Amino acid sequence: MTAATAAAATPAPAPATRTGAEMIWEVLVQEGVDVVFGYPGGAIMPAYDALPRYPVRHVLVRHEQGAAHMADGYARASGRVGVAVATSGPGATNLVTGIATAMLDSVPVVFITGQVSSALLGTDAFQETDVTGVTLPITKHNWLVTRAEDIGPVLREAFAVARSGRPGPVLVDITKDAQQASCAFDPSDRALARPARVRPARGTTADALARAVALIDRAERPLILAGHGVVAAGAAAELAAFVARTGVPVASTLLGLGGFPATDPRALGMMGMHGEAWVNRAVQDADLLIALGMRFDDRVTGNLATFAPRARKIHVDLDPSEIGKNVAVDVAIVDDVRAVLAALTPRCRAADRAAWMAAIEASKGDSAVRDIQQLPDTGKLHAAHVLHDLWRLTAGRAVVVTDVGQHQMWEAQYYKHDHPRGLVTSGGLGTMGFALPAAIGARFARPDAEVWVVAGDGGFQMTAAELSTCAQEDLKVNIAIINNGYLGMVRQWQELFYGGRYVATPMRSPDFVKLAEAHGLTGLRVTRRAEVADAVAAARAAAGTVVIDFRVEAEDSVYPMVPSGADLGDMIRRPLRSRLIETGADDELTEEPPR
Amino acid sequence: MTAPGTPRLRTLVATVEDVPGVLNRVASLFRRRNYNIASLTVGASEVPGLSRLTVVVSCDDATAARLEANLWKLVDVVAVDELAAADVVERDLALIKVRADRASRAAVVQAAELFAARVVDVAPDELIIELAAPRQRIDDLRAVLEPFGVVAMVRTGAVAMARVGVGADLQPPRAAHGA
Repeated sequence: MTAATAAAATPAPAPATRTGAEMIWEVLVQEGVDVVFGYPGGAIMPAYDALPRYPVRHVLVRHEQGAAHMADGYARASGRVGVAVATSGPGATNLVTGIATAMLDSVPVVFITGQVSSALLGTDAFQETDVTGVTLPITKHNWLVTRAEDIGPVLREAFAVARSGRPGPVLVDITKDAQQASCAFDPSDRALARPARVRPARGTTADALARAVALIDRAERPLILAGHGVVAAGAAAELAAFVARTGVPVASTLLGLGGFPATDPRALGMMGMHGEAWVNRAVQDADLLIALGMRFDDRVTGNLATFAPRARKIHVDLDPSEIGKNVAVDVAIVDDVRAVLAALTPRCRAADRAAWMAAIEASKGDSAVRDIQQLPDTGKLHAAHVLHDLWRLTAGRAVVVTDVGQHQMWEAQYYKHDHPRGLVTSGGLGTMGFALPAAIGARFARPDAEVWVVAGDGGFQMTAAELSTCAQEDLKVNIAIINNGYLGMVRQWQELFYGGRYVATPMRSPDFVKLAEAHGLTGLRVTRRAEVADAVAAARAAAGTVVIDFRVEAEDSVYPMVPSGADLGDMIRRPLRSRLIETGADDELTEEPPR
Repeated sequence: MTAPGTPRLRTLVATVEDVPGVLNRVASLFRRRNYNIASLTVGASEVPGLSRLTVVVSCDDATAARLEANLWKLVDVVAVDELAAADVVERDLALIKVRADRASRAAVVQAAELFAARVVDVAPDELIIELAAPRQRIDDLRAVLEPFGVVAMVRTGAVAMARVGVGADLQPPRAAHGA
């Protein structure tokens, strides 16, 4: 007997009765959730009390911000919806930074918060905060649920909203009495809280497609700007096929890295503030930009008035509100990047763009000799060396979760990501403290992958308490702390733009080796480049979480750099001679001053 | 014909779910995206459970297109229409309290009659005049009354709909389908 006939033969079971708390977990299981990250408290206790009856693993965090980043890291590394749980009041407000982080990078996360009982709403009760009010501008949508019977439909709608269209975080605030109350519950019901409404017609019109094809076929110096949308849409294969046919080179945004293989000859790497000089020059020289799932952020464009002045522009994005927001475009296509690329490829003429590729190659000029990666081992430890070696030693296959600052840019420059979702990083909000908790989330999302945290000494200390979570959950994460004793990116700006006045950037840190050991984890220290390989190998071989304290040069800077708001062509180049690199030399840095 | 880049007042009508917080969400969008609202009104539509919201905003064509796109991103928004100035019936309701003593009352009432406005309350020294009209006519009435001494004014802000048989009407809110 097949399942279908069995179902037909059996009378429909009467809807069972469930408590609101039980319905929360039942819907989560229906939505495919097997792990949540959270922290209990008074207003969410009924939900926690019901949890052991469901096949959902709960990861107890040390601070709710950690829960938010874990759910976010889980979603970024897997493409599935992450879930974080917290109580009312301070539990919920501690999520806020994590929610905003997910919002700015369009990451699908469902946040579930407990709320005081409905009779107490609006009375300033103990641990009451207007969380739907607080999170209104940093969620795609949020809901306050005060009745048990609304929990199922609202949670289902929450998942649908989080993952549909341009993804994003949502929050469902559920009062304690709604969790405690019981009502009829039909496990087969899939109804949403309200019907999905018709949205304006999206999609690729034949006219827009034809105009895009004409621009692409005619262009002599076309360039693809690949953004997060390429990864989010699962369009890596379609992008590779498009490039193979049209020969158009690819520059990536920070969150677009991995959407096109970094080791492909047509991958130029990251553009923008810390993009290589030849990449930004290619943007400025291009006669056509094909922007795919990116939003012309100010860190990418520099001065908008002088951005890509010779280029016609095609903008493909799922979100119509991004069209024309920062840059006026010639052809706009509001649609899924994957579908658009699949439609474009067969319509565009095959080309190799050899002259354009040769011109880009020639424009690299002396960049190679300026590249810190090419410099001889002087015995000193440079972050760029650490990242380059880490890439080589992990064969580029690790999921690298970075924090925010100099190390994040060095990672983007020197760790060559060939696969989507290999880099997890907070781009839009730039949230320090993101890396360790996000890596814990990535660990659950990708159990077979090697997961590395790359964090600075500053950002790591913001959420270092989650080392306890690694220990309690028996997780294997490798942690590279790029420790320069400064809040390095701010120090770099102080060096370049604030007369070298290092205000509030020198930072004293705990002994990270002892810190790891205090958590029952392994700690290693590396002070010379010759020690990098052994430490990385030891970390990879160890069963548990390993913290490596890389004591790198204190006053190293990320080059090249486009100063904030400057023209993309106005780069501060990497110094040809630097006292940091040339042992014993004591002369001045020779970088060109910012104009 | 104004250039596309020139800011001008334009009227958008959004059909929204009648749920708690919807006005807050729309207002928050305008604040956060730095739009310059002239007026924002909300009230019942012909369909139970749906409200209509009229927004008058000053912006250029590109900004208006993004505003419409941003409104569509709100989950509670069911439909958005920008009404072309020529095709719209628009009404703003004003109550204007104006000084009117024995010497000036006849002149004040005459001014109101010129605008087809109604006197809805009378006291020895003051009147309240009511006018439902397009925004500009209310501005004009106010200017005419100003020399007599305008004590107070309240306005509802504009509500609007497309003219009968002209252009596209408001999108039918029932253009909804199940998930």
